[in-house]
Amino acid sequence: MTSSTETISGIGTERAEIKAQYKKFIGRKILFIISSLILIFIIAGVAATLGSYPITVTEVYSIIFHGLFQNAGTNKEIAVWNLRLPRILMGISAGVGLAIAGTMMQGILRNPLASPFTLGIASGAGFGAALAIILGAGVVAGEYLIIGNAFIFALIPTFVIIGLTRYKRATPETMILAGIAMLYIFSAATTLIQYFAEPEAVKAVVFWMVGSLGKASWDAILPVSIVLAVCVPLLMWKSWDVNVMGAGDETAKSLGVNIERTRITVMIIASLLAAAIISFTGAIGFIGLVAPHMCRMVIGGDNRFLIPASGLFGAALLLVADTIARTIIAPVILPVGVITAFMGGPLFLYLIMRRRREYW
Amino acid sequence: MKLKVKEVEFSYASVPVLKDVCIELAESEMLGVVGPNGAGKSTLIRCIDQILVPQKGNILLDNRDIKEMRLMELAKKVGYIPQSTSQIFPATVFDTVLMGRRPHLGWRSSEKDTGKVLEMLQLLNIEEFAMRDINELSGGQQQKVFIARALTQEPDVLLLDEPTSNLDIRHQLEVMDIKKNIVREKELSAIMAIHDLNLASRYADRIIMMNSGEIFSAGDPVSVLTPDNIKRVYGVEAEVNNNNGKPYIVPIRPVRQNGNDGRS
Repeated sequence: MTSSTETISGIGTERAEIKAQYKKFIGRKILFIISSLILIFIIAGVAATLGSYPITVTEVYSIIFHGLFQNAGTNKEIAVWNLRLPRILMGISAGVGLAIAGTMMQGILRNPLASPFTLGIASGAGFGAALAIILGAGVVAGEYLIIGNAFIFALIPTFVIIGLTRYKRATPETMILAGIAMLYIFSAATTLIQYFAEPEAVKAVVFWMVGSLGKASWDAILPVSIVLAVCVPLLMWKSWDVNVMGAGDETAKSLGVNIERTRITVMIIASLLAAAIISFTGAIGFIGLVAPHMCRMVIGGDNRFLIPASGLFGAALLLVADTIARTIIAPVILPVGVITAFMGGPLFLYLIMRRRREYW
Repeated sequence: MKLKVKEVEFSYASVPVLKDVCIELAESEMLGVVGPNGAGKSTLIRCIDQILVPQKGNILLDNRDIKEMRLMELAKKVGYIPQSTSQIFPATVFDTVLMGRRPHLGWRSSEKDTGKVLEMLQLLNIEEFAMRDINELSGGQQQKVFIARALTQEPDVLLLDEPTSNLDIRHQLEVMDIKKNIVREKELSAIMAIHDLNLASRYADRIIMMNSGEIFSAGDPVSVLTPDNIKRVYGVEAEVNNNNGKPYIVPIRPVRQNGNDGRS
């Protein structure tokens, strides 16, 4: 081999150089994660000042700080603590959850188009909500009828997909095609019940499906954050195996990864995550698809870094979108789902045009 | 014997692909598996690495049945080198080679793993590509990355699936020389499925010729790569010349297929 003829010192410096480059690459990934985190704090601070009741950025931070120790008293405190903060926190949770669910779905299915939408989760949730709104019927009764129904129906596509893999191998192609089939079935079912419904109910269904943070409250944040706290660490733990699966099923198997089990486990966790969020906010589109791709362009495909990066970046993106939704034609507040799609669509097109190769 | 394949049978949806295959592989031996398309070469390689699970028969590694091993355990002993990449999302060469440490590490990669990766990059002379994306490299460079990845697994047996089919002649020789040297120096055993009979003749210690899922002939290159065998298995009339003690095959023309017992 030619390298063995090189002098020892030559090899040493070369190694040190690669090591330094590698460390620098990791440093860049960490920097991106930290920047996204700072960005979230800044946008959240700005977002909390906006609204019908004028409050400055410094005031907001001091109100939030004081509110940690005592109950909200003044009008400003109530506006921040009871209205704006829940909305912001819900935005952050939804952004983190949807982006991470999208990242992992793309990873295990090795497909850049995989997202909570293409796998039928959003349309399942939409049907569940429509059923509850129009017929007032559902699996869960009472105040949480819409949320509970949306959540349960959101999980049906995933369980159908996984059920199919008992009869056919759990290949990415099978799973994606099955997901798209579920998407169409649930969309058709939703259209059908809308066709026979009262106009008011149809309007409510349409609004629900666009997705908004308007229903955010402390009661909603608690369950969503519990789901996040359980699912995200589990997905992080699987990140190495998902990295290896990126090299192809055969290579992954030869490296000791049980690909079919990993694929199904990750699919269930990511679906739970997406379903929990969508059932509270409605189907906020594009975050789960765009955030992972944008992060891959900057920091590469290593899921150990990509999961936190796209989660935080997705949260920042959703907060920006919601801030625009609240201010662009104030006092009318648009549903955030409209803005994410309007913002995400052209942005995504631009990225596709700009990329150098067939992949990021 | 390092590896023993005993009476292995495999079928895809009841179409038999491997029938009663028996192979023995010694230490530091390079075994070439040749045969026409669909003869079962790749299937055999995949069965040995449990990528496919044979319906019948046993595969013994150091006298232990691989069916009783956990996937991670097998991955520490057998390294698989694919033909080409199917990476869709970006991955640097460094990270690709680091994947070879998966069977050995937990969640975090340590200095030792990084050191192993650097060592292999240097061994294969691909340090300059370390931070490049794997998809940007040529077929020959990718093969070297896959060899490096397989070696960081620290395996005893290497499996090569058509290692030269995407390469130009210079890279074919380069990659095969590297493999041959590694098998010698690291005392590994290797099985390669290969189409090119002349490369097989030149680099394999022993050759197995397969036809329709069965072993048609086995032995050293001279005894396997005969005009008669090639005619019966491939349906090709060929001239076999002696090239420094190794057979050199010049294919001449396909034989007309009437009652050819090579392709039942």
